[in-house]
Amino acid sequence: MAKKEVDDRFKKFGTVSFTAITKTNDFVGYLEQGKVMGTQCKTCGLQFFPPRADCFQCLSSDMEWFEVGGKGKLLAYSKLQFGPMGFEGDLPYCIAVIDYGDYKVFGRIDKNLADDEIKIGMEMKAVANKLPNDQLNYVFQKA
Amino acid sequence: MGRVAIIGVGQTAFVRGYPGSIRELAFEGFKDCMIDAQISAKDIDASIVCSAPEYDKQRSPSGVFAEYLGLTPQPTFYVESLCSSSTTGVKLAYSLIKSGLHDVVAVIGFQKMSEISSAESQERMGRGTDVQWESPFGTMMPAYYAMFAKGHMEKYGTTLEDLALIRVKASTYGQINEKAVYRKAVTLDMFTDPNNPMSGPVASPLRVGDCCANADGCSCLILASEEKAKAICKKPVWILGIGSASAPVNMTGRKGFAGLDVADIAGKTAYKMAGITPGNVNVAEVHDCFTISELIAYEGLGFAKPGEGKDLIKSKETYKEGSIPVNVDGGLLSKGHPIGATGGSQVRTIVLQLRGEMGDMQVKNPEIGLVHNVGGVGLYANIIILGRS
Repeated sequence: MAKKEVDDRFKKFGTVSFTAITKTNDFVGYLEQGKVMGTQCKTCGLQFFPPRADCFQCLSSDMEWFEVGGKGKLLAYSKLQFGPMGFEGDLPYCIAVIDYGDYKVFGRIDKNLADDEIKIGMEMKAVANKLPNDQLNYVFQKA
Repeated sequence: MGRVAIIGVGQTAFVRGYPGSIRELAFEGFKDCMIDAQISAKDIDASIVCSAPEYDKQRSPSGVFAEYLGLTPQPTFYVESLCSSSTTGVKLAYSLIKSGLHDVVAVIGFQKMSEISSAESQERMGRGTDVQWESPFGTMMPAYYAMFAKGHMEKYGTTLEDLALIRVKASTYGQINEKAVYRKAVTLDMFTDPNNPMSGPVASPLRVGDCCANADGCSCLILASEEKAKAICKKPVWILGIGSASAPVNMTGRKGFAGLDVADIAGKTAYKMAGITPGNVNVAEVHDCFTISELIAYEGLGFAKPGEGKDLIKSKETYKEGSIPVNVDGGLLSKGHPIGATGGSQVRTIVLQLRGEMGDMQVKNPEIGLVHNVGGVGLYANIIILGRS
């Protein structure tokens, strides 16, 4: 994966990113390719989402990427009518947590999903998404 | 090693726009406490200053306050755990005294939130979560707690009216608490009237009326060793138990959305240390940053079984005359929530209750009181159990 001299690709994550440099910068590279990825510890096999560069279980930093595939279940969500500074233009939007079994994913629900279609327990999938300001994130769609 | 007591309590009124700087705000809370404790700055061996950072520009406020309050050259330091900062200060003061390092320690909690706008404040609070992986989605405190409200409703059938009843109770006491920022009555009708601001949507299912208000304020507590407390204080209130815990910051690390594990664990630890059960608690202050937070606290602290918190509020058992009065000073919902000052204000209320000095908000003859103070979205929790003897 092509890297800039100063790899600050994480600046591209979300409507407003608060982190520029992380060892998990490839996450953004994968988002650009349309993939939502987590990391897995090569030593002990523990899977992480959000991705981590380091495993707290065995203290290894030898990680590999895996694709967040298949379906998860909607565990919790809320629709915001008021937003923090910098996010006013996105309103209204839903934040949510999806349970994939071995790990969970926090993100936003796709704006195209109508309110009355959103039900706790429904099957959803995380999909890479380009924001109007050219930033990148991922959204949950009906699976 | 002897016990540790609280020998002085004080706070400013919690207000919307404090007309002074943070050191002047701290002075007001400190003065109120010194008058209560009837001691002077030279009697204090160390001070701990508590707040959540980035609301004002001052870095390391402890040194500034120590100078302004006449607490130099005694040691001072700063501590933060977001909304639970000042009970973390209490825990540290307890440890300093218990270890024998100091005899008398001041815990000063403060926040001047009015220096920034409401949207900026939501952004600051939203950054009290996972800034790398969650904040870029546009998170804020009401939306996180709204997920727990939704989770609780889904699991236990809790209703919007149950939540509104918590706010109605808070306003009952907020109206008679001179220190509260919100002094008006709140009725159930306001939540169903689309023209009333209380019913306005914030983050579904939470409405304006389900959320506490930002405020400026300062709280101050003086803790002392048993020997000192008995020598200089007529009505010391004793620390019987302290429990603390942490939880994964990212919501992906949470087991479920119908309770806060962090407070459940801290509560069990505190009960064990105090050697009591939930049934022994006569009065409590819980962290009602949102209506759902109080309902969850009833269950987490064992005042109600899981899912039955709504029955406690419906039957008014958490009112002043009920079997377990909770937040009968208006709570965060009516008093306001100046982040770093909140825990100290909760402790102040319980100390005054145990001394029988809470005026119109006084619960009948309490022996044991409990403080439940949560930081972030169930990220940190401190539970403190206080006793008259």
